[in-house]
Amino acid sequence: MEERMGVFVCHCGTNIAGVVDVKRVAEELADYPGVAYSTDYTYMCSDPGQNLVKDAIKKHNLTGVIVAACSPTLHEATFRRAGTAAGMNQYQVEIANIREQCSWVHQGDKEAATSKAIRTIKVMIEKARLDEALEPISVPMTPRALVVGGGIAGIQAALDVANAGHEVILVEKSASIGGHMAQLSETFPTLDCSQCIMTPKMVEVAQHPKIKLMTYSEVDDVSGYVGNFKVRIKKKAAYVNRDVCTGCGLCVEKCPAKTPSEFDEQLADRKAIYTPFPQAVPNKPVLDAEHCTYFLKDGKCGICAKVCPLDCIDYEQKDEFIEVEVGAIVVATGYDLYPIENLGEYGGGKYPDVITGLQFERMLSASGPTGGEVLRPSNGESPKEVVFLTCCGSRDTENHLPYCSKICCMYLTKHAMLYKHKVHDGQAYVFYMDVRTGGKGYEEFYTRAAEEDDVLYLRGKVSKIFEEDGKVMVWGVDTLSGKKIEIAADMAVLGLATVPNKAAAELANMLKIHTDEWGFLSEAHPKLRPVEALAPGFYLAGAAQGPKDIPECVAQASAAASKVAALFAESEYHREPVIAVIDEDTCAGCRVCISVCPYDAAEFDDEKKVARIKEAICEGCGACIAACPSGSAQQKNLTDEQLYKMVSAALEV
Amino acid sequence: MFEPRIVCFFCKWCTYAGADLAGTSRKQYPPNGVVVRVNCSGRIDPQHVLWAFREGADGVLVGGCHPGDCHYEEGNHKTMRRVQFLKRTLEDMGVEPERLHLDWISAAEGEKLVHVMSDFVDTIKELGPLELGLKEQEKVV
Repeated sequence: MEERMGVFVCHCGTNIAGVVDVKRVAEELADYPGVAYSTDYTYMCSDPGQNLVKDAIKKHNLTGVIVAACSPTLHEATFRRAGTAAGMNQYQVEIANIREQCSWVHQGDKEAATSKAIRTIKVMIEKARLDEALEPISVPMTPRALVVGGGIAGIQAALDVANAGHEVILVEKSASIGGHMAQLSETFPTLDCSQCIMTPKMVEVAQHPKIKLMTYSEVDDVSGYVGNFKVRIKKKAAYVNRDVCTGCGLCVEKCPAKTPSEFDEQLADRKAIYTPFPQAVPNKPVLDAEHCTYFLKDGKCGICAKVCPLDCIDYEQKDEFIEVEVGAIVVATGYDLYPIENLGEYGGGKYPDVITGLQFERMLSASGPTGGEVLRPSNGESPKEVVFLTCCGSRDTENHLPYCSKICCMYLTKHAMLYKHKVHDGQAYVFYMDVRTGGKGYEEFYTRAAEEDDVLYLRGKVSKIFEEDGKVMVWGVDTLSGKKIEIAADMAVLGLATVPNKAAAELANMLKIHTDEWGFLSEAHPKLRPVEALAPGFYLAGAAQGPKDIPECVAQASAAASKVAALFAESEYHREPVIAVIDEDTCAGCRVCISVCPYDAAEFDDEKKVARIKEAICEGCGACIAACPSGSAQQKNLTDEQLYKMVSAALEV
Repeated sequence: MFEPRIVCFFCKWCTYAGADLAGTSRKQYPPNGVVVRVNCSGRIDPQHVLWAFREGADGVLVGGCHPGDCHYEEGNHKTMRRVQFLKRTLEDMGVEPERLHLDWISAAEGEKLVHVMSDFVDTIKELGPLELGLKEQEKVV
């Protein structure tokens, strides 16, 4: 059949046309072999632009379409739909990226940018010339979601997916769901009691008929693809039969071994057998073998087993591995605080009266280690002067992390305010770089702290904290008055930067979700696809994707859940058909393809003595094609022949 | 002034997305490379690279995901081994191995793409045009 290619050069307003001579591009390409029609237009993605493409397909009976515009990640789908509407096979529509990878990066050299745009389009013409008409591959959809992380984001995502009528497996690594939000005392800017608004949601998760809650569990392995993931979950040995346990708490009461509580941020001890906090869900203990006398002293103890009325304690329990199948995965692994040890200038954690924001939260909490009283950890006295420091590790390109942790300005304002509500004659100081109050009611909350509660805001950074005569000496500067400030305080609270949860990096690696240089999960598009990962079937929620406050976490979790529900609305998922195919006539049966395939998608046909690709499994990576010594393995619509011609076109003078 | 011609094989998951990010951020780099998008750097056959040199490329840049980040498990490990082997082969053929460069550029590393691209163009400029000494009839039209 005669090739009749159509080239459509987009101006994108001045985004492309301001640098690339689009008229010249369209004119030069009109003379390129096989091109039947070539034109340019201001906004090809607009309705008239798309109609221009559709009309040209019909009028010129085009066999291939190349739209030279923005990155294919943006409008490939748009123009494929336009092609389909005009009766063309969608896989014969190609995008030449002349914006992100040309006009926007070569703004100073119009001539070179124009020449590069021409070659970039020629590359795609050569590809389109040999593109075959393909159909998407339909694969079955397992309408069950896995949510990783049981903080507020994971809880919200799980509830929303479950309420849409789909099964959910919620995996949480610690003994209870709740995450950091369960640790908080009150929340800004309303001063809602965090646990009061959190615990109903936690209970709802536990009681929801569609949610299978797996606490003290971790994702161990993930394989498969969207709609058809196989997940292995490690249920860590709790040494307690939690299915039988009623949570009576007798074992916890009698346990003689103590260790600092993670939930109370090391301000108090917990037992070796413990439930992290009183409202834990499930409210059933786990035994921490690392601190248990029975395990440390070869069986000398066993008190918990003796007192348990239901014989739930099982010292022989082993990690259990459970295989599940899911169609989508929501990652909500949350955040940690930047290690205080990294802030040597503030004592690096060696001064008892210099504490983290989360420790102060526990101190403020009525169920916390001090019963809600603000007390100096060193001597248990009420502190009369407390200094709150923002940007501890954040916005410090030279020494720490360059980004803004977003929540610290607000939670330290809340801390200062709550401190003043508890210690009326105390003085609260907040050292700040800028007070960032972007959020509904946030600015008013800050104003209230400064005006009604007499919190003293000092613009400047603290250079040093050290101990002297039982006081915490804070040296800083007030850049507004230009004065050096020295405060002999009783306590200092550090607004440490938020960093991704330690476990998130390993998980992201396993799931092949990209992370930015700080380890936060990367979304598919920073503006328009903020809750999806680039690979289909993976969704992001909460602070794992970047620092966020509670309302944002909840919003993102609900958004991720709605994406999951939309995915599950179809009983099949349509995959890209650009997979590998083996020519049986030339295949020598050497099995190299089988050895290099990471998915076991290549199999050997014993009868014909040739290799074959399993269509439903092949991901189209091309490893087998590059390895095949006879050229029998090829990639649909990216064959070696296409690649050679594309390379030649890239080098045309 | 010698302007090198460069073919860039970029994997679509990492380096291609990194190049898009460089564009979105309006970072500037030399226009010498033309990108051929592939699903995975592991799709690149050594013959594709040799073909590029034969067709007049002065340099070939291969960009993939960081080790451990490959969307297809380990395609980039295969690329790493292939490129090492290929560099030796190029040397045997009298082509400076520096004309082939492999780098790991993630979707978040627009800035790195700019550095890698700019440095590579400088390297090739220093090396000068590639003269393969092909006879006229051996040249592919």
